[in-house]
Amino acid sequence: MNLSVEIAGVTLKNPVMTASGTFGSGEEYSEFVDLNRLGAVVTKGVANVPWPGNPTPRIAETYGGMLNAIGLQNPGIDVFVKRDIPFLKQFDTRVVVNVCGKTTEDYVEVAERLAEEPVDMLEINISCPNVKEGGIAFGQSAKAAEAITRAVKEKAKQPIIMKLSPNVTDISEMARAVEAGGADAVSLINTLTGMKIDIHRRAFALANKTGGLSGPAIKPVAVRMVYQAAQAVKIPVIGMGGILTAEDALEFILAGATAVSVGTANFRNPNTTGEIVEGIGDYMEKYKIQDIRELIGAVG
Amino acid sequence: MKRKEEAAVLSQECLAPGIYSMWLETGMGKEAAPGQFVSLYSRDGSRLLPRPISLCEIRNDRIRLVYRVAGKGTEEFSCLESGNTVEIMGPFGNGFPLKEAKEKRALLIGGGIGIPPMVEVARQIPGEKQFVMGYRDNQMFLKKELEERGPLFVATEDGSFGTKGTVLDAIRENGLLADVIFACGPLPMLRAVKDYAAAHGILAWISMEERMACGIGACLACVCGSKEVDGHSHVHNKRICKDGPVFSAEEVEF
Repeated sequence: MNLSVEIAGVTLKNPVMTASGTFGSGEEYSEFVDLNRLGAVVTKGVANVPWPGNPTPRIAETYGGMLNAIGLQNPGIDVFVKRDIPFLKQFDTRVVVNVCGKTTEDYVEVAERLAEEPVDMLEINISCPNVKEGGIAFGQSAKAAEAITRAVKEKAKQPIIMKLSPNVTDISEMARAVEAGGADAVSLINTLTGMKIDIHRRAFALANKTGGLSGPAIKPVAVRMVYQAAQAVKIPVIGMGGILTAEDALEFILAGATAVSVGTANFRNPNTTGEIVEGIGDYMEKYKIQDIRELIGAVG
Repeated sequence: MKRKEEAAVLSQECLAPGIYSMWLETGMGKEAAPGQFVSLYSRDGSRLLPRPISLCEIRNDRIRLVYRVAGKGTEEFSCLESGNTVEIMGPFGNGFPLKEAKEKRALLIGGGIGIPPMVEVARQIPGEKQFVMGYRDNQMFLKKELEERGPLFVATEDGSFGTKGTVLDAIRENGLLADVIFACGPLPMLRAVKDYAAAHGILAWISMEERMACGIGACLACVCGSKEVDGHSHVHNKRICKDGPVFSAEEVEF
């Protein structure tokens, strides 16, 4: 039975990755899940310099999901390169570094700093709804998305995955734009912008007022968008948004995702990723599927 | 590998309106320290996130959680009975540095749902100790457990028992002296304790609270401002779940 998949020439032992921002750089989770079992660890976004993030409260639970407005707190690329990459290299898993920035130059600077580092791919976050500059500004206009993809691709040594926002009118157009800009893959969906109000305090639940909605509540939206993106482009699609179980992961794969990322579910069970790898194997055995690649986009 | 575990509920008791006490059978008592917390998980899939609850009492084979029903998740826990189980993970966080109290006069301060962790601190702390607890009114809880271990002074917001006002009012009214303070309670109380300790040159350790998601230091939801650059992100944000919840009062800014 083959569970391995390939993205831009990088072979993943299985299609299960972590979703950026929910898993740190794996260190905290390594006490709960064997990182060697994962297809890839996608790190929390890292910028050219440390970012302090947003004021608290930064999260709020919602029905079947949660809102977050962490604001991409991160230690900056210098600490990351010294501390987080060596940590991850102890494990037999692929390392995907999520890159964030406020300007095109910020993104390019991080990509250049990573050029000689032992990382397998870069995921370019142009879809964080919680930072005012950069992030989402690049992710809601096809023209801006294509331009930043081109700028990063020009300097990056590793394949680049563009992480797309669902907060757009036409996801297919965005996927095509980053493909035209030279992206090696797309990942989606980032969180949906949401809001929660505490009626007793008559106040916003989050200090940032708005936050990104994640968790099982958004899964049907995510599956639909992954399907549309997979129809629109030839490059591989990485699917995410509300995956809790192997069954959820398989929906994304059948919709056209070559790999999947597990995010919010890690907060409910830190070993979710490990259990999903196992569950996908069980499904393939049950339906006598020899190669996971037979399932990619096999819906309909 | 660490895992979630199914802990058997040994008992459930309502101590005061909205305040519940639950004993759970678990081996984690062997490694747990006062001031640490556990994550409790709802059975209802619509409630994804763990609820962090501080340890009120610790024994080798069981732990006691005293918690406030603040929403549907904690309401679900309050309906558990002996014979039920609940998913838990932990213990998490650093706990109170009890050795700082060695050969010193310790003052333990608790406010509202910050009172429960002080019970195990009171049990384990060496040396001379006094307790000041702040309640809303005379519907007090864990009073007996504290009185068994040292002199207890009470403040109530409505003046129905002890000193009318805050824990600080009770400290002044009773002329309480201390070399070291351990405190847990709402932010305004912790702010007052921090100021009081600074003004009197007293070492103070305070337990902070914030909304948490992962509970293990990865998601960076539950941060608080810190004087020094933090070890994780190299900004000024300590992680309450991992670097805390207990901090030196001088170290945190809030």
